[in-house]
Amino acid sequence: MKGLRNYFNNIKPNFINDGKYNKWFPLFDALENLFFSYGKKTKNPIHVRDAVDIQKVMVTVWLATFPAMFFGMYNLGSHSLEYLDSINQQNTGDWHHYFVSIVGYDSNSFFSKLWFGACYFLPIYFVVFSVGIAWEALFAIVRKHEINEGAFVSTVLFALSCPPDIPLWQAAMGISFGLVIGKEIFGGTGKNFLNPALTGRAFLYFAYPAQISGDKVWIAGISDYNIIPEGYTGATALGMAAENGLPGITNSFTWMDAFLGNIPGSVGETSIIAILIGLIILLATKVASYRIILGTFVGMILMSSLLNLVGSDSNPMFYIPWYWHAVIGSFAFGLVFMATEPVSGSGTNTGRWIYGMVIGVTVILIRVINPAFPEGMMLAILFANLLAPVIDHMVVMTNIKKRKALFNE
Amino acid sequence: MFEQYLNIFITTVFIENIALSLFLGMCTFIAISKKIDAAFGLGVAVIVVCLITVPLNNLIYNYILREDALSWAGLEGTNLEFVELISYIGVIAASVQILEMFLDKYVPALYNALGQFLPLITVNCAILGASLFMVEKDLMFGESVVYGFGAGFGWALAIVVLAGIREKLKYSDIPEGLKGLGTTFIIVGLMSFGFMSFGGISL
Repeated sequence: MKGLRNYFNNIKPNFINDGKYNKWFPLFDALENLFFSYGKKTKNPIHVRDAVDIQKVMVTVWLATFPAMFFGMYNLGSHSLEYLDSINQQNTGDWHHYFVSIVGYDSNSFFSKLWFGACYFLPIYFVVFSVGIAWEALFAIVRKHEINEGAFVSTVLFALSCPPDIPLWQAAMGISFGLVIGKEIFGGTGKNFLNPALTGRAFLYFAYPAQISGDKVWIAGISDYNIIPEGYTGATALGMAAENGLPGITNSFTWMDAFLGNIPGSVGETSIIAILIGLIILLATKVASYRIILGTFVGMILMSSLLNLVGSDSNPMFYIPWYWHAVIGSFAFGLVFMATEPVSGSGTNTGRWIYGMVIGVTVILIRVINPAFPEGMMLAILFANLLAPVIDHMVVMTNIKKRKALFNE
Repeated sequence: MFEQYLNIFITTVFIENIALSLFLGMCTFIAISKKIDAAFGLGVAVIVVCLITVPLNNLIYNYILREDALSWAGLEGTNLEFVELISYIGVIAASVQILEMFLDKYVPALYNALGQFLPLITVNCAILGASLFMVEKDLMFGESVVYGFGAGFGWALAIVVLAGIREKLKYSDIPEGLKGLGTTFIIVGLMSFGFMSFGGISL
């Protein structure tokens, strides 16, 4: 470690002030911060001292996604190998085969399931990560700000929400849109108003709906072979619910399946228990606001119970109870990792409750009464992101009014 | 009956939002969205004007302009649809003028709050657009009242949200060339993403 420190100290003069490579300072800075904590001292008269800086916050969120990520890879492998078994294929049908065949297609072995999932997820993550960091570095150099670990979080969340067979160029394009248009043109981390990962995801969703939504994309291989054996379905729980209502889901899974994550879906979203581990980490480190989480839950429970009561003859989605809504689709994933993002969410404590409720109500509305989108978490959070500044403004104004009234008495 | 009105209202506010999915009234939408309070005032003005002019134009269309509309006066075979545009604009301009005088005289507080916005929105294409869509959708009088209110409300909601975002982005570090209008256009585009969530709802 000491040698490394000396090395950094030796090359540092090249990067600062009039050094040879002063243009590349952000890259040097990012690399130095990777190994050593941030050395900058506060100069102005601001005396808040805290060991938790933005780097630590972002790395915490990044680590908190790991349980969901590893479980998701295993789950993807398990479902896809089962599917390939059922159509008697020992080949994924595309280039993934070269990697998968290193370990084999044994659908009973834990390791080959994990390896299979990794063969699909890691290339996506690698592409998304390198493209994302490249944009971040480019903007840091041109705009002269620091490279920020915010891109770590955006890229991992984006990759976790992709279907396994997504073409890699689409993944690269999605994250480029999310990071550049959603964040960098407003000045980088902390200055955006929409969640960058979701912006990129929504962009892909509207631009290439065939590759990113539907019943066939969530299990690797179905879109390559396009064979669906008798009695088999690759649909997500929400897809089934939209067709046949609650019986449609319970025919295939139990509630416990959905809770543990043994259902098809994007890599990150399936296992509620893995996401809960992430949530505990985020709440214990106070990165996520419990107010947003509870607010969303309250909104979701109220709206789904209301729709349960109203009922409908033609739309079976009306009768899905709230405890099912909570475990299927990306409700939990979006809630824990995306809705709680402090930049694009509300900043006031009262505002956070309202912001959460908006998400909860909107997600149920989109799921139930909008036949165009079976899943609504992504769009609900984007919609709430739009409203967040106005919510904050109203909360602040009410407070000012209250204080004024108090003062005048 | 009530269900149908609710349906029209939700459709105009969220699904066919005048500002964010039809992109009408863009000039004022972008010019007066720097502050939430001003945007709110303009939004209220648009709601009021839409609520008055759309039903008025509905009456004019159904009882004067439409084919055979003048049969109530004993005139058969008339079709005055070729003066549609100019009569709607005339109605809008006149009703805004009258509303302005009325507010000046009887509700000065509201008049001062709306200030320059009232004459400004006479030429706002969102208002004319609402009247034209009303004709295209072939709405009854009752429906046109709801439609007018919904169209104005949707536009007001959009401009207040835009103003909120722009106030928040005051502290952002936007590249020199994109400051002002540039980012505003991008923000409006991204906002329509959020509003897309309601596209496709059929009630």
